[in-house]
Amino acid sequence: MSLVIKVGLASCGLAAGAGEVYDAILKHIKKNKIDAEVKKTACIGMCFVEPLVEIYKEEKKSITYGDVTPENVGDIIDAFSKGKPVEENVIISNILKGSENKTFKKQKRIVLRNCGIIDPVSIKDYLEKDGYSALEKSMKSMSREEIINEIKNSGLRGRGGAGFPTGLKWQFAYNAQNEKKYIVCNADEGDPGAFMDRSVLEGDPHSVIEGMIIGAYAIGADEGYIYCRAEYPLAIKHLEIAIEQATEKGYLGNKIFGTDFNFELHIKKGAGAFVCGEETALMASIEGKRGMPAIRPPFPAQSGLWGKPTNINNVETFANIAWIILNGAKEYAKYGTEKSKGTKVFALAGKIKNSGLIEVPMGMSLRDVIYDVGGGMKTERPFKGVQLGGPSGGCLPAELLDTIVDYDSINKTGAIMGSGGMVVMDTSSCMVDIAKFFLNFTQNESCGKCTFCRVGTKRMLEILTKISEGKGKMEDLDTLEELSENIKKGSLCGLGQTAPNPVLTTLKYFRKEYIAHINDKICPAGVCTALIKYEIIEDKCIGCTVCAMKCPVNCISGERKQVHYIDQNACIKCGACYDACKFDAIKKG
Amino acid sequence: MKYKTEIDIAINKFIGKKGALIPLLQNAQDIEGYLSKEIMSYISETTGIKLAHIYGVATFYTMFRLKPQGKHIIRVCKGTACHVSNANSIMNEINNQLNLSGEEDTTKDGNFTVISVACLGCCSLAPVIMVDDNTYGKLTPDSIGKILKKYE
Repeated sequence: MSLVIKVGLASCGLAAGAGEVYDAILKHIKKNKIDAEVKKTACIGMCFVEPLVEIYKEEKKSITYGDVTPENVGDIIDAFSKGKPVEENVIISNILKGSENKTFKKQKRIVLRNCGIIDPVSIKDYLEKDGYSALEKSMKSMSREEIINEIKNSGLRGRGGAGFPTGLKWQFAYNAQNEKKYIVCNADEGDPGAFMDRSVLEGDPHSVIEGMIIGAYAIGADEGYIYCRAEYPLAIKHLEIAIEQATEKGYLGNKIFGTDFNFELHIKKGAGAFVCGEETALMASIEGKRGMPAIRPPFPAQSGLWGKPTNINNVETFANIAWIILNGAKEYAKYGTEKSKGTKVFALAGKIKNSGLIEVPMGMSLRDVIYDVGGGMKTERPFKGVQLGGPSGGCLPAELLDTIVDYDSINKTGAIMGSGGMVVMDTSSCMVDIAKFFLNFTQNESCGKCTFCRVGTKRMLEILTKISEGKGKMEDLDTLEELSENIKKGSLCGLGQTAPNPVLTTLKYFRKEYIAHINDKICPAGVCTALIKYEIIEDKCIGCTVCAMKCPVNCISGERKQVHYIDQNACIKCGACYDACKFDAIKKG
Repeated sequence: MKYKTEIDIAINKFIGKKGALIPLLQNAQDIEGYLSKEIMSYISETTGIKLAHIYGVATFYTMFRLKPQGKHIIRVCKGTACHVSNANSIMNEINNQLNLSGEEDTTKDGNFTVISVACLGCCSLAPVIMVDDNTYGKLTPDSIGKILKKYE
């Protein structure tokens, strides 16, 4: 039996050096005449130990290694061939003790079922995993109403953030009377800190395409668009290849499965505007206009793209469809809570040990997601907060870690599920700074159509900046809350309606920190530069001159072997000296 | 006009198609590296799309550039995960080494343009930068010099 070696070559793997590892494997097996099939796959979600290499003779007895380098991959292959596999850096394995064996088992992978397992640009691989059999089943043995009912019964809700029931959305589009309808996939994943759609598109593009074809068939659309952000070049490339393959096999094009159903699918590359994640803005952008949202009603199901009935779902939503059709609504609804069925993919990032992608059943507690599946904190500092849902979401403190993860429970806290980004923060993050960071983002990305969003976010950002500089007043906190309410009420689309959430949640859960900035003029986390100062501790400084050499503005003076001195007037508080000092002789405070 | 042939090919490829303006501008930008006034006027004259509309679209989306760009584009990720992993120090170091100031700028020799972007989607490798199409992760200010050297 020949050896199979799989390398994870998604964006994250490539950034970690997987390309070099792949080349080294090819070189090694050629040089040593090893009979092995080297396969490319995408991301299995364990981004924190990239590059990842899986090796096996029988798939059931595989070992996945992490932190693989071009230097050690040869040894891994040789040892495995000899039947004495290397035991270091084993991440997941059925035959050895892998560091993540346990955490991996706690996941339930529906959306990510093929990610990191198949070669994303091989339709053969996808077909072997029952690919396109859900399409065949739905077209050959189900009526359109049956498909829609199946999705309704599964309880699947839109994974883009708002959580609208997908089956109902399909029903509306199905009910619309028009000979031309469109189906659109929203792949404009703009939330900073979220990357699940990128991974699905890179790792299993066919699953999204199949979901779209089933949706198109059910609602009666003959044309579709995938609107993908241009920052994801690899995802776009994989989609292009997958569309070509599906067309060649007859899953796209005219007379699909010999029926009268025709479906044509296009990719639209975004041009960098966060607001285009909102469905009406997204459609304006596909039409070639400025991506500004429109008043609803009419809803896209009545009048969407070019005035035709249009159904829009997110990448992750579509990736669920084929699984539901094949395994049944009942099986899907087994997972999750009463009102939030199925699984959810989360992107774990920040100060968490196992940063990467995970998929868990809805209803798990935040604590279990972060500490069990996510492995807990990466740093020695304690947990401070978790940011959910990007710029539309909020920061939750340790007291709320037992909140369960489903749409309604998270909404109650003031945050939102959003697309599924979770950024974990330790005590080195300042919550005023985080609120300022998100307001800066939304203020920049506001399209300018609604006054409250355009001007209100700017005023809020100014107030937050003032507070972070120690110039805030206690009344400012009331103004922030008042502005927040008005922006929520006075904005047309989700961007404005949710923009104040990061401020409101931090005010609610971390108010003390705001007060420290205002009354005591200190930043407890030591982040807000105007409120911190770097000083040299005379007793500890040995005069090694490293800090002076690192200082970008040359504001540190002192002779070699003499105590150094920082000129506070010239210091830009970049912290380079603090990081560079090996003797802990620089104090931040 | 420079690149007239290439622009004509691009126009012919997209003209008459639905929603063609954004892909056409993307294509035009790939050709010249940015959207010059000349090119936007030419597209307007040839396609009949009003120049105000073209300019409106070009200024709405952050990916369209109205100034000449450096040979290499450095995108510094300022997403949430990068922000909490000290992306500011990475930006400072790059600006410092290239003698630049501010959030978006081109070096005097025209080799680099530095842009800060919202999120590159490699959050688990934060802080991250992208130089042209290559992504570099888990950076510290000390790792910047080596990366920049590759593109000099």
